[in-house]
Amino acid sequence: MTQSAPAAAPIGAAPEKQLRPPSYWPFVVPALVVVLAIIIFPWVFTIWMSMNEWKVGSPTTFVGFSNYLRLTSDPRFAEAVGHTLVYTVLSVLLPLVFGTFAAVVFHQKFAGRGFLRGVFIMPMMATPVAIALVWTMMFHPQLGVLNYLLSLVGIPAQLWVFHPATVIPSLVLVETWQWTPLVMLIVLGGLAAIPTEPYESAQIDGASLWQVFRYITLPLIMPFLFIAGMIRMIDAVKSFDIIFAITQGGPGSASETINLYLYSVAFVYYDLGYGSAIAVVFFLLIVALAAVMLYARQRMLWTEIASGA
Amino acid sequence: MADHKITRRTLLTGTAAAGALSLTGFPARAEVNWKKYAGTKLEVILAKGPRGDNLQKYVKEFTDLTGIQVESEQIPEQQQRQKCVIELTSGRPSFDVVHLSYHVQKRQFEKAGWLADLTPYMKDPTLTAPDLVESDFSAAGLQYCKNDKGQMLSLPWSVDYFILYYNKELFQKKGVAVPKTFDEMVAAAEKLTDPKEGTFGFVGRGLRNANMTLWTNFFLNYGGEFLDAKGNILTDGPEAIAATKLYQTLLTKSAPPGVAGFNWMESMASFTQGKSAMWIDGVGWAPPLEDPAASRVVGKVGYTVVPAGPKGQYSATYGDGIGVAAASKNKEAAYLLCQWVVSKTQGARLLQAGGGVPFRNSILNDAEVQKGVKMPREWLQSVIDSAKISKLGLPVIIPVAEFRDLVGAGITATLAGSDPATELKKAHDQFRPILERSEKA
Repeated sequence: MTQSAPAAAPIGAAPEKQLRPPSYWPFVVPALVVVLAIIIFPWVFTIWMSMNEWKVGSPTTFVGFSNYLRLTSDPRFAEAVGHTLVYTVLSVLLPLVFGTFAAVVFHQKFAGRGFLRGVFIMPMMATPVAIALVWTMMFHPQLGVLNYLLSLVGIPAQLWVFHPATVIPSLVLVETWQWTPLVMLIVLGGLAAIPTEPYESAQIDGASLWQVFRYITLPLIMPFLFIAGMIRMIDAVKSFDIIFAITQGGPGSASETINLYLYSVAFVYYDLGYGSAIAVVFFLLIVALAAVMLYARQRMLWTEIASGA
Repeated sequence: MADHKITRRTLLTGTAAAGALSLTGFPARAEVNWKKYAGTKLEVILAKGPRGDNLQKYVKEFTDLTGIQVESEQIPEQQQRQKCVIELTSGRPSFDVVHLSYHVQKRQFEKAGWLADLTPYMKDPTLTAPDLVESDFSAAGLQYCKNDKGQMLSLPWSVDYFILYYNKELFQKKGVAVPKTFDEMVAAAEKLTDPKEGTFGFVGRGLRNANMTLWTNFFLNYGGEFLDAKGNILTDGPEAIAATKLYQTLLTKSAPPGVAGFNWMESMASFTQGKSAMWIDGVGWAPPLEDPAASRVVGKVGYTVVPAGPKGQYSATYGDGIGVAAASKNKEAAYLLCQWVVSKTQGARLLQAGGGVPFRNSILNDAEVQKGVKMPREWLQSVIDSAKISKLGLPVIIPVAEFRDLVGAGITATLAGSDPATELKKAHDQFRPILERSEKA
């Protein structure tokens, strides 16, 4: 719900002059109704709810901005924002790094490439809740296979998702495992579109493999990486299923992201007013993150133009 | 399928349980007009579990008795609670009869006025069998089902006492006696812990929210009270700090690694695998522990009451009830169903299968019913003993979920080394305004 709002922009289009026949409005109405009903109305209503003390089972009262003031002194919310940011940054960066590496590998021609590519993208096809349950078993400190594997190489048993310090990295591990293939697919598409001439001239100039990657491949796939990063960011910020199924925000509240906190407030504590305030702030945060990314992209294009790439 | 063929008559002759008589056996004396609402259709919403199973399995008998059709659905507990609240708020719930968890929902349901008052029905001899009287329910049950004005808003269905499960084999191997006090329990837990063999002295809920049910039993035995006369929360006082220290000691020194993420399910897994020697949890887990297909400790499990603390010995008590939605159009018929659900026949079946413990003393103390219990005798004894020391395990307030989440998170944090007093203070600084707001509204 929260992510769909940017699509609201097109409604305010300026009325055309006399050029069009006066009867074009009937054609706009269906789209207008749909946009109003499923985007604008829920949003306005959410904002309205956030300005009320709105608890299921009790009468509602208008309280202005006090729900928002309450947010500023709610340490649990502050922690949730922190967890969300850490979780998002890690689960954007790691799949990007591994996905790019995998794409470069799978771009080479070798026997069984098609089959291995197919195998590699399998995690992406699995249902998040189902794989979350499997990972929960693998994370088990006593019976889990991960600690067994560690013990084979002499590393002591870890607590994985059962310790506040390791829970977020462990969850990111699952997220990375599942979404690296997506990044790989996107980057692979980018690699296929790169012309071969730059590589040939690099070969003639005696460039090393790293130099080829750093100065030819990377700049040329940058737009694709950017798209992948954007998709990953949207996914990671709103991630709910994996965290909820594995830790429910625990241990304690060490992996409680905004989404999980929002869920608790609205659907476990039935505090819809406060929950709506969190949703509004969450939405603003997403808009801010998206703006930062768009700005970064803009900058990137300029530097590319400036450097003549 | 043969079950569906059972009529009242075959049931009467077929069952040894004397309990069966109470509802159906005295048609001459009782003036209850069971058939009065024949043809009515009822909808029931149930939380998934043995109570729901017990209802669905035998509901055909109720239909035979009354001519009332019953549609019921079982939904996992968490989702069932949400669905009920949302539908009841709408004012037009899709169900007539609702299964509620007292320890979470009592105040919320009372304050919102979602349940029909059953007091007049209880007094009506054409609606209520003579054996169903208030005084038959245990004190905890009455505390749960009545509001401040003394109205019965639901019928207490099944009670959950916290008991101590222990692994007799591990106890024998280490030569440890069954603990009677907290001090003995800590000492025993340390002795029984042997990380090299992968066995641990104690296991229990460490997961935020779920852990509160275990923690409050410690709190009660240290002499803690949840609320003062003015309704202020007291769970950060010296009793709470002592209880948290005990919790921290047991779960960090003598429990399996990762216990901070354990709910009852993971705790039970550790116990049924023979990896943990002691487990404190609800009384309803005996069937899986004694099931050879699911457990490696069949026949080796001891059952006893929770050890005493310095200021008392209690069994933290939780429970379910069944009530009639105030918005229902078939309240009388719905009440008949509730009555049948807590009847002696149904209660006896629940107890005998180990799926729950009826709140009614006449069922629990009935020698015939007791004979039919399929669980070990020790289990039944622990139930009977716990009933005598029963005390509500959570404060009766509206924001129970917030209480469990916030204080539970603090208590889980102590397992990673945080200081109990600091964590409790932090949790209560957050919780107090929420409690105030909910009582004010």
